[in-house]
Amino acid sequence: MASSIRVRATSNGDITEVQTLIQHPMDTGLVKDAKGELIPAHYIQELKFACNGRDVFVANWGTAVSKDPYLKFSFKGAKKGDDLKISWTDNKGASDETTAKIA
Amino acid sequence: MTTHTSPHPTRRLILQGAVSVALIGLGNLPFAPARAAANDKYPEEAFKLKNEADAIKALYGRTAEPSDKIKLDAPEIAENGGVVPISVATTLDKVTSISFFVAENPNALAASYKFPDGTIPAVANRLKMAKTSSVTAIVEADGKLYSATKEVKVTVGGCGG
Repeated sequence: MASSIRVRATSNGDITEVQTLIQHPMDTGLVKDAKGELIPAHYIQELKFACNGRDVFVANWGTAVSKDPYLKFSFKGAKKGDDLKISWTDNKGASDETTAKIA
Repeated sequence: MTTHTSPHPTRRLILQGAVSVALIGLGNLPFAPARAAANDKYPEEAFKLKNEADAIKALYGRTAEPSDKIKLDAPEIAENGGVVPISVATTLDKVTSISFFVAENPNALAASYKFPDGTIPAVANRLKMAKTSSVTAIVEADGKLYSATKEVKVTVGGCGG
């Protein structure tokens, strides 16, 4: 199965810019489906980025983050070719992770 | 604290007696927020609160002061409340976390980000907005809280079909 995480990490000298797009419904638990039944809440709670053995960014999300979440941030201390590990877990206990090479 | 066993019980007792007033009075204030920031656990309770002020208090344990060193970028008018691009950047030093609050959403706290050393204090994401509301970014820098707020008009809400 293809990964739910799409990531682009580009090094610009000292600074690495990371852009991520994750496929996830991010259901709030407040929306009804076609039959008028509530769709239960289903959303990513924690998203972590680790590089060279340390966390470089941690996101805690609620239901107000849009469907198929997008995130952009930058960090120092990595170089081209380093591995960036991205992992998430949602409120139902599901998770996914991927590793991207910094370009 | 008092149940601690120590190789120097008398010295500990004397020290405790001397500073107990200071510890009770001041000790809790600076340490509680530091614990909250260092805590890696998902802040479940803060995400459940409806009111913005309550959510800020639950997450950080105190209130923020407005700062012009925070640049909060959000559209004036969002045509689709389901996807509102919001970003924040700050020139404040020693930023440890940035959180987004949407006052009129069913739950005010939308997202909270932790910034370890070496991570640039800026983040861009996309949030849902139920209706026209103020959006507040709270920046925790050097143990203090700062905020920036912007009003976003929503023409189609993000929580309906």
